[in-house]
Amino acid sequence: MERHFEKDLNELKERLLWMGSLAERSVHQSVHAVLDSDEQLAKRVLEEEDAINELQIEIDDRVVQLLALHQLMASDLRFVLAISRINNDLERIGDQAVNIAQGAQRILRHPRVKPYVDLPRMSELVEEMVRNALNAVVRRDVDLAHKVLATDDQVDHYRDQIFRELLTYMMGDSSVVFPAFELVLAAKNLERIGDHATNIAEDVIYIVQGQDVRHPTVDRR
Amino acid sequence: MHASVRPAVSVNIPPIVTNAATRETAAALAMRMTVSKVNFFYGTKQTLFDINLGIAANKVTALIGPSGCGKSTLLRTLNRMYETVRDTRLEGEILLDGKSILTQDVTALRRCVGMVFQRPNPFPKSIFDNVAYGLRINGSRVPLSEAVEKSLRRAALWDEVKDHLHKSAYELSGGQQQRLCIARALAVDPEVLLLDEPCSALDPISTAKIEELLVQLKDLCTIVTVTHNMQQAARMSDFTAFLLIGQLIEFNPTPQLFTTPGDPRTEAYITGRFG
Repeated sequence: MERHFEKDLNELKERLLWMGSLAERSVHQSVHAVLDSDEQLAKRVLEEEDAINELQIEIDDRVVQLLALHQLMASDLRFVLAISRINNDLERIGDQAVNIAQGAQRILRHPRVKPYVDLPRMSELVEEMVRNALNAVVRRDVDLAHKVLATDDQVDHYRDQIFRELLTYMMGDSSVVFPAFELVLAAKNLERIGDHATNIAEDVIYIVQGQDVRHPTVDRR
Repeated sequence: MHASVRPAVSVNIPPIVTNAATRETAAALAMRMTVSKVNFFYGTKQTLFDINLGIAANKVTALIGPSGCGKSTLLRTLNRMYETVRDTRLEGEILLDGKSILTQDVTALRRCVGMVFQRPNPFPKSIFDNVAYGLRINGSRVPLSEAVEKSLRRAALWDEVKDHLHKSAYELSGGQQQRLCIARALAVDPEVLLLDEPCSALDPISTAKIEELLVQLKDLCTIVTVTHNMQQAARMSDFTAFLLIGQLIEFNPTPQLFTTPGDPRTEAYITGRFG
């Protein structure tokens, strides 16, 4: 039996995935604006931010309508609530990508501090996290979601390593402080994008299993 | 103090008492009634299969399921109302406060386990006499007028009818008639109140009043209600039992059953993927 709100649920998912692909692309372009010294990529990220923001509002409206008009239960209810949270995570990912793109524009006014080694590795890992998290939403794939969660520590490790290394450059030559500091911020933003990907992965587990795996130390009795 | 210094004592979040109910499990509560291994037959046709469940005291338990699943039959076993239908048979055990209801005097049982039906069925008498009826039969220890007022107040009807208690009950609206039937059932201080789709003949405002009333009545008695309206079960019950073709599929605290049901058949039914 086709349920009358099935179409609305499918459209909601479609819009979220469209937003997800835009956010994913923004992350890729913003990081490559830095890595490839490509100002055009940075500009494109800034231009595309509005589309992500518009989708955030549209998805929120759709969530409110679904909740108001159809008394959703069980997995439907969990799905729509999780979509609402994922919507916010994707918008924040878009924002972090904009931060990186703006940082890229400032970094490009300076000579390169050093050859980039860890930053491309870290960005590949983070992009993979976002991609896997979105695929996990599409396929309702709990294993893939757990894989995303397991990657977060590696990302944190890269961030710490990048911080340490750039600090030594800054201590050695004060003329690189400005671009090196921007690179530190880029790594910080990337790490936050990874955090949003883990949030999305946690929501996938909530959708599929009804388990809230956030904050394992909280007493849920 | 420096802003970054963390407070030595962790923050205590005061508990919200009303939410505590959502976390309880049936196991930890006192049981008013216990249904064990109940099979039920209309003639040779079996309509309930090996039902086991506990009705927690001073809670609302809702029975849900598609038409013909046996929810009304199960409700009618709880005060042996099925005995009014010929050629029925019940196997198994049903306890009320630890005593079998099957061996008790049926009149005494139905005084303890009152019932309200789908369509309001007041007697063709005055409002006052409808409520006083059971009191007169059972012999009231307090003056009748006092006892009638108490019941009408409990049923949230007093303010609407206090000035015309001697008018016919048939002059009341459907929602008022249903609350009158609840007042009539409450008059004899039942331990358990059974309701068979009590709001299905009522408009949304009367329905909301009855739901509100039943939630309040939990303090006075234990409530078991059959409803085909899932939202109603979700709104007003503490525990929900889902039945399907005579079998109890799932019995869980209501918040759990409607957010993370344990059985795929419950999930299919409450999300409308059924049939």
